[in-house]
Amino acid sequence: MDALVPDPASLLPPHPPVQLLDDHGELRESPDFPLDLKDEDFRALYRHMVIARRVDKQAIALQRQGQLGVYASLLGQEAAQVGAAYALAPQDWIFPSYREMGAALVRGVDPSAILHLFRGTWLSNHDPYESNFALLAIPIATQTLHATGYAMAAGLDGRDLVVLSCLGDGATSEGDAHEAFNFAAVFQAPCVFYVQNNQYAISVPLSKQTHAPTIAHKAVGYGMPGLRCDGNDVLASYAVTRQAVERARGGGGPSLIEAVTYRMEAHTTADDPTRYRTPEELAEWKARDPIARFETFMEGQGLLDDDMRAEIDEEAKAIGARMRSQITDAPHPDPMEMFEHVYVEPPGRYAEQREQLRAELDGSEEQ
Amino acid sequence: MAVTMAQALNTALHDAMAADDRVLVLGEDVGALGGVFRITDKLQERFGEKRCFDTPLAESGIVGSAIGMAMYGFKPVVEMQFDGFTYPAFEQIISHLAKMRNRSRGTVTLPVVIRIPYGGGIGAVEHHSESPEAFFAHIAGIKVVSPGTPADGYSLLRRSIETPDPVIFFEPKRRYWLKEEIDLPIETEPFGTAVIRRAGTTATLMAYGPMVRTCMEAAEAAEDEGWDLEVIDVRTLNPLDTPTLVESVQRTGRAIVVHEAQVFAGFGAELAARITERAFYHLEAPVLRVGGWDIPYPAAKLEEFFLPDVDRILDAVDRSLAF
Repeated sequence: MDALVPDPASLLPPHPPVQLLDDHGELRESPDFPLDLKDEDFRALYRHMVIARRVDKQAIALQRQGQLGVYASLLGQEAAQVGAAYALAPQDWIFPSYREMGAALVRGVDPSAILHLFRGTWLSNHDPYESNFALLAIPIATQTLHATGYAMAAGLDGRDLVVLSCLGDGATSEGDAHEAFNFAAVFQAPCVFYVQNNQYAISVPLSKQTHAPTIAHKAVGYGMPGLRCDGNDVLASYAVTRQAVERARGGGGPSLIEAVTYRMEAHTTADDPTRYRTPEELAEWKARDPIARFETFMEGQGLLDDDMRAEIDEEAKAIGARMRSQITDAPHPDPMEMFEHVYVEPPGRYAEQREQLRAELDGSEEQ
Repeated sequence: MAVTMAQALNTALHDAMAADDRVLVLGEDVGALGGVFRITDKLQERFGEKRCFDTPLAESGIVGSAIGMAMYGFKPVVEMQFDGFTYPAFEQIISHLAKMRNRSRGTVTLPVVIRIPYGGGIGAVEHHSESPEAFFAHIAGIKVVSPGTPADGYSLLRRSIETPDPVIFFEPKRRYWLKEEIDLPIETEPFGTAVIRRAGTTATLMAYGPMVRTCMEAAEAAEDEGWDLEVIDVRTLNPLDTPTLVESVQRTGRAIVVHEAQVFAGFGAELAARITERAFYHLEAPVLRVGGWDIPYPAAKLEEFFLPDVDRILDAVDRSLAF
């Protein structure tokens, strides 16, 4: 057997999914996924999750009030996103899907920048090079190839940099996901594929996306390790991602992580989940709320008291309020900007069309 | 010295890689083999496997990963093995490569070049002879180029690699072996300009890529009829040098647009419309289009009946003059 080809058994995902905090918030440490977190890290994880939920709630409210055209909530996926993003070093990158507010917040992206896409002010409003957080990708799974290419480039350049490529359970059915997994494995790119399996692709359940034993099992076919964690457990999400990230950083190539979680809200604000899932199912997952579970753990460890809770709540409220005003007070976008960024060197006809639009704008002002 | 289009393109890639460490060449069989048409011949040998490398057989993967590499700071030049194999990459080209700069409000530029050997006339199997340039010319955010001569093959490919915008570079594969007496490196007319290859007075033929040569042959043959045809090589479809086209038609009063692709909704329709809009009172006849029939590219034994040739072009000149 070729020494370079890994033993398939060594690539199989752990069963059951890695869980470090049980459903009651009790810490069950694992020798395979040791935690390297200090008290301030636990507090940071908690803080990020609370802020993410607050921001999410505010965004849904903004949509209901007509301030946003649509919004894709992350309710229930806070632990999966915050845990994974927290496992990265500052120089690392995230290539998100469109449901990644929690990961964005960990990377320091201004939440209003994300919401401008949903408001229709601009198609994006953050500089990916400032936060190492790429633009949201709407076409499913397409971003996984950008992530892979970025990681391949870092590898070619000999740079210490790992890419976290976020995708959902539905995205694993797309051809681009397959090509990304395969390219990353062939080139041993420092890329970690992080699938948040939130059980539904809009209305279609996982059973209709794949007949694989689990999403993580797919990794074996590409010759990379498959990992599986409880995505409602922030510590497991962190520890499993951390291991994959460090493996990639050390030249060990890509991994595929499946974070098992649940989208407690609708797919987007335009969706009606009562048509495809039962109240009982929702109640079952609500009982596994990732923030409540971590709160129990934090309290048990003496890491969270009422003062701290109040302080973080205040901060979350302030961030939510600032985001709200940044959205409601946003200027109407300048129509002339439509031509501005398409090309570095625009074709000559842009000058004519700009002039035509300018005349239309002047005409409508005169009326 | 006599240089073929294939040699000119290969030299352009070589020189671009030598001039800029950020230039990468990737695609199917571009490494040890040097590409199925040998356009990447010896690049891996010269620059190593980190600069010129084979990828898995997946066109979306090639373009999608090139987008990531360009975001990182490289300048990937990717090869689609054949025109008809480009389509799996369509989504990455249209939804991301073309739109990322606009979407990012100018913060992300993607200097990616996608080389596509295109067009027919080589007796190939299905999917190896198509001319899909109109699909790409329709998309805002990318540039579309097709050289008609070895000198332009070199010069336009160098400029395409240098330009910060993404470029779809259509190589006329039946002209890979076309020779021209030139010394490389060579700098031809600026990117984005059309060129009058033959000055004339009777009518203007407009073409790009493989049909430039055919139009030149048609113009020579037309001399027997006493016609003095002007031939314009469009060179870049986007940006398009409309003024040069319009100025020519204003002089000749007649325009015939020629391409291999099917005529219906082809790039010739854009040229015809722009000329009509801008040179209406100078036109002695409607702008005519010459191209392939509105059918899928036929089996190899039939391609001579599909592809525009000197006769089909001269028939169109005749019809134009009859108005």
